Amino acid sequence: MEILGHYHYWVFAVLLMIGFYALVAKQNLFKKMLGLSILQSAVFLLYITMAEREGGTAPIIQPGVADQLYSNPLPQVLILTAIVVGISTMALGLAIVVRIREEYGTIEDDEIRRMDRRP
Amino acid sequence: MIVAVFGIFLLTLLVVTAIAIVRSSDLFSAVMLSGIFSLLMAANFFVLDAADVALTEAAVGAGVATVLLLGALALLPTDERQGNRHVGLAALTMAANITVIIYATHDVPPLGDPAAPAQQHVAAWYLAHTPELIDIPNVVTAVLASFRGYDTIGEVFVILIAGIGVLFVLSGGRDQLLPKRPEPTLNTALKHHLIPQVVGRLMIPFIILFGLYTQFHGEYGPGGGFQAGALVAAGLVLYSLIEGEQAALELTPPNLLFGLALGGALLYGAVGVIAMLLGGTFLDYSVLLSDPIAGQHLGIIVIELGVGLSVTGVMLTIYHAFASRVS
Repeated sequence: MEILGHYHYWVFAVLLMIGFYALVAKQNLFKKMLGLSILQSAVFLLYITMAEREGGTAPIIQPGVADQLYSNPLPQVLILTAIVVGISTMALGLAIVVRIREEYGTIEDDEIRRMDRRP
Repeated sequence: MIVAVFGIFLLTLLVVTAIAIVRSSDLFSAVMLSGIFSLLMAANFFVLDAADVALTEAAVGAGVATVLLLGALALLPTDERQGNRHVGLAALTMAANITVIIYATHDVPPLGDPAAPAQQHVAAWYLAHTPELIDIPNVVTAVLASFRGYDTIGEVFVILIAGIGVLFVLSGGRDQLLPKRPEPTLNTALKHHLIPQVVGRLMIPFIILFGLYTQFHGEYGPGGGFQAGALVAAGLVLYSLIEGEQAALELTPPNLLFGLALGGALLYGAVGVIAMLLGGTFLDYSVLLSDPIAGQHLGIIVIELGVGLSVTGVMLTIYHAFASRVS
């Protein structure tokens, strides 16, 4: 079990890099946005993993229950708001991709750059 | 033990889904897979004792985000062109990075360690003092709305600005900012499909009812303005998908939606200013009523309402900005 205690962090590392791979290696702008959202989810997982506490439960205090351990509420608050901000910023990114498609007729990164180079 | 094994199973599925998203060349299936990814992530958050975050991820990530991605994809080519450059180099760099991060995790305290630095400091203070200072059961709501109210007002305005940004970007080449009501056309969404009609109409009232429950029960159970806003928006998006864009914009005109977004954010700010006028500091709800704890309750209910209105308004404004362009 000692090894499995870090499994969440390993998954964080793998998800982070899968998202980053899509961001740098994919030419398709829509795919890049999906990669960005995977990268973002990986960071959310890291925060929530750090908030977990052995033997704890969700931080909702029950009246009359003493000595109950709770997970850390602070990272949960940060991530709760970050999820909603994440979707709004992703929508802004998608809007820009839609406009690029209308102006250039393509959403492939290298084709867009080739068009820009042409005088 | 069983929960731990289930958690590991979910995490492994997450990695498999993420790889499938990146590898799939059909963007439509990639979007569907990203909905599954969000749902798995929500289950994972729930296993990790983060009920509020799980509810948010399920409503926002799996619900609203999938619809927005599909709305954008309707305006884009759905196939990814094959043949990327530097794939090998990128994969090698990522593998090296994964190795370095995994090596670094040996210094991190294992999952659930009570002595971990993250569990010390303010977290223990919030858990110990919420009953006497705020007196609501859900500590996450107490921290979100009261202790860290400054943070949350910032987030609400970021969401509002992102919504305005989407309107500006998508209005390029047109003379008005908010989407126009489309002309009545024969192509009215799912109007002639019987099963989505019946099932959808049955679900909409319950989705909105659950959204309202989440809004007003957020102090006692998991929930609050962010989740409620996303749920109500999801219900209204379903209405738009079933009845068509025109009927949806007649029910909730773009001006009303943008008014909700702006009004919600300003309502939040107004609570802070009223607290200042009553002699307290910005967003200090204790001065709102003669009893400080009752004042905290009033302040939290009003600002959560502001957050809920603002999130509903922004999500629907963004959705209609995409959807009204498709026609």
